[in-house]
Amino acid sequence: MDFWTLANATVGGLLIGLVYGLSALGLSVIFGVIRIVNFAHGEIMVMGMFFALLMFRWLGLDPLLSVPLAAALMFGFGYVLQLLVVSRVSHLPEHMQFLLLAAIAIMIVSALLLVFGPDAQGVEVDYAWDSFAVGELIIDYPKMFAAIAAVIVASLLLAFFKCTATGKAIRACADNRMGAQVVGLNVSRLYALTFGIGAACLGAAGAIILLLFEVHPYLAPGYTLLAFVIVIIGGLGSLFGALVGGILIGVSEALAAVLFQPSMKTAFSFGLLILILLLRPQGLLGKAVR
Amino acid sequence: MTPVRRFFGPLSRAGLWLGGAFLLLLLLLPWWGSSYIMTVAITVFYLALIGQSWNLMLGFAGLLSIGHALFVGIGAYTAAYLFAAIGLPPVIGVLPAVGLAVLMGLLIGYLGFRFAIGGVYFALLTIAFAEFVRIVIDHVSWLGATEGFFLKVSAADRHGIDLANLRGAPEMYYYLIMALALGALVLCRFLLRSRLGYYWQAIRDDAEAAQALGVNILRYKMYAVAISSGMAGVAGVFYAFYQNSLFPEIVFNIERSIEATLGSIVGGVGTLFGPIFGTFILTPLGEIVTEAIDLLKHWGVIDPQIKLDGLKLLIWGFIVVLIVLFKPKGLWPWVCARLRLTRPEAEG
Repeated sequence: MDFWTLANATVGGLLIGLVYGLSALGLSVIFGVIRIVNFAHGEIMVMGMFFALLMFRWLGLDPLLSVPLAAALMFGFGYVLQLLVVSRVSHLPEHMQFLLLAAIAIMIVSALLLVFGPDAQGVEVDYAWDSFAVGELIIDYPKMFAAIAAVIVASLLLAFFKCTATGKAIRACADNRMGAQVVGLNVSRLYALTFGIGAACLGAAGAIILLLFEVHPYLAPGYTLLAFVIVIIGGLGSLFGALVGGILIGVSEALAAVLFQPSMKTAFSFGLLILILLLRPQGLLGKAVR
Repeated sequence: MTPVRRFFGPLSRAGLWLGGAFLLLLLLLPWWGSSYIMTVAITVFYLALIGQSWNLMLGFAGLLSIGHALFVGIGAYTAAYLFAAIGLPPVIGVLPAVGLAVLMGLLIGYLGFRFAIGGVYFALLTIAFAEFVRIVIDHVSWLGATEGFFLKVSAADRHGIDLANLRGAPEMYYYLIMALALGALVLCRFLLRSRLGYYWQAIRDDAEAAQALGVNILRYKMYAVAISSGMAGVAGVFYAFYQNSLFPEIVFNIERSIEATLGSIVGGVGTLFGPIFGTFILTPLGEIVTEAIDLLKHWGVIDPQIKLDGLKLLIWGFIVVLIVLFKPKGLWPWVCARLRLTRPEAEG
C-alpha cells in the first residue's frame, strides 16, 4: 500500500464527503430547529436524484444545472409537508413522530418504485471519465465539480442563516421557541420554511450526487442511515459539524475500502458512530444540551 | 372473582365474549382456513410476539428501540448455527440464542444508561448496533455471509410434529407461534401487575422520584431490556426454523425493525393488547390490499400489464399516516371505548 494510493483514496473520500455533508446539513437544519428527526431524509434526497435524472433525459440538462431546480422543488415539498402534516405531531411522543416520518418514507419509496421501477439508472455527462493529475494524485472532474457545487450550496445556506433577517429569526426559534413567539415571530411559518430549506439541501445534494452514482428507489434508507451517522458524529443540530462529519465519513469510508474490503466500509462508519455516541454523545462540534 | 376472571380484569363482559370467540376462531383456523390464511396468521402472531417485546422496552423501560431486528437476528443465527454445526436441537438451542440476544440487549441498554443516551439518540444507537452486526455477519463465512445461511429440510420434515427439532407440518408452526405470542401476552400481563411492573411504571412516570424512593433505576430498566431482547430472541429461533434460510440483508434490515414497531404503535404503545391488536389490523390489511389489486386486474379495471409493486406499501403507508394523525394513542384504546370491551375504570 503506497502513499499515492492512500492519498488518492483520501482526496476522493474528501470530495464525496462534502456532498454527504451537504445532505447531512439538511437533516441537521431540521433537527436543530424543529427538533424532529427526519426519517424520510434519504427518500427526499432520492426524489431530488430522480428529478435531476428526468431533467437530464428530457432537456439534456447537466445534473449540476438542475441543482437550483431540484432545490426549489424539494423546498416546496418540505414546506407543505411540515405545514400540513409534520406540524400536527409536534406534541406527540418521539416514537409517533418517528412512525409518521417512517410511513412517509415508505410512501415515497413505493411511489418512486411505481413510477421509475426498481432498476438503477444514471446519467452520462461528457466529462464523466475525465480527470486531471497533480503529481500522482488523480482527481476526477465529476467528483471535483460535485464537491464544488456542494460547497457553494452549503456556503449559501450558512450565509442565509448568518446574514438574513429570516435566517436570524429561524435561529431564534431554535434557541427559544417561546421567546420567538413572544417577540411576534410566526413560528409555524418559520418551521415550514426550515423544513423546506432542509429538504432543499437534500434536493440539491441529490441532483449533485446523481453525477457520481446511479439512482434507484431502494437507495433511500442507506442515505438516511449515512446522514444519521454524519450528524451524530458532527453534532446533531450543528451546521458546520455536519460538513465536518461528512468529510470524516467520506474519508474514512474511502480509506476503509482501500485498506480492508469495500463492503466493510459502512461497518467503520457505524463503529465510529457507536464510539462517538458513547464518548461524546453531543457530537464533535455539538453543544451539550442535555 | 375466579383467577381467570381476575386475569382478564380490565376486559368487560362483552370484551371477554368477543375475545373468547375470536380465540376459538383462531384455534380452529386449520379447519376453516386455507394454507394462505394460515401463512398470514403465522406472520401475524410472529409480529405480535416481536411487537410485544418491543412494547415492553418502550412502554415499560421508556427506551425507544429501532433496532429490534438485531435481537431477533441474533436469536435466529445462534440457534440455526448450533443446529447445523453440532446438531443441537432448537429446543435446547433456544437457551444460548436467548442468552446471546439478552447479552446484546444488556450491552446496548447499559451503554445507553451509563452514558445517559435517551430518546432519539438511544434509537440511533440501536440502529447503529443492528447495522454494525449486519455488516459483520455479511463477512462471516461460517454464517454464510451475504450468500445466506440455510437449514436442511426434507419433504418428510413437512409432515408430523417434531417440536424438539422444530420440524413438522404448517399447523405445528401455527400453534407454536400462537402459543408463544399468547404466552408473551400473559407474561406481560403478569409482569405489569407484579412488583417489578409497578417499579417500571414508577420509573417511566417519574424516574427521579422513583430513585429518591430507593428504586434502583438501572437494575429495573435492565430487567425490562433483558426480558424484551430475550423475547425477540425466541421469535428469532422460530423465524430461523420456519424460514430455514437466513440472509443478513433481510434479517437485520432496518425495515424489519420498523415492522416490529408498527403493530404496537398502531395498536397503542404501553397497552397490553395493543401490539397483538395492531398486527391483527396491519398484516391482513396489507394482504387485503394485494388481493384487491389482483382482483381489479382480473376484472380489467386496471391493466394487468402495469407493474404495481409499490402500490400496496403506498396505501399501507398512507393508512399509517392517517392513524398517527387522527388516532395517535393507538387503535386499541379507541376500539375498547367504542365497543365497551374494557370496564370504564380500568385501562387496557
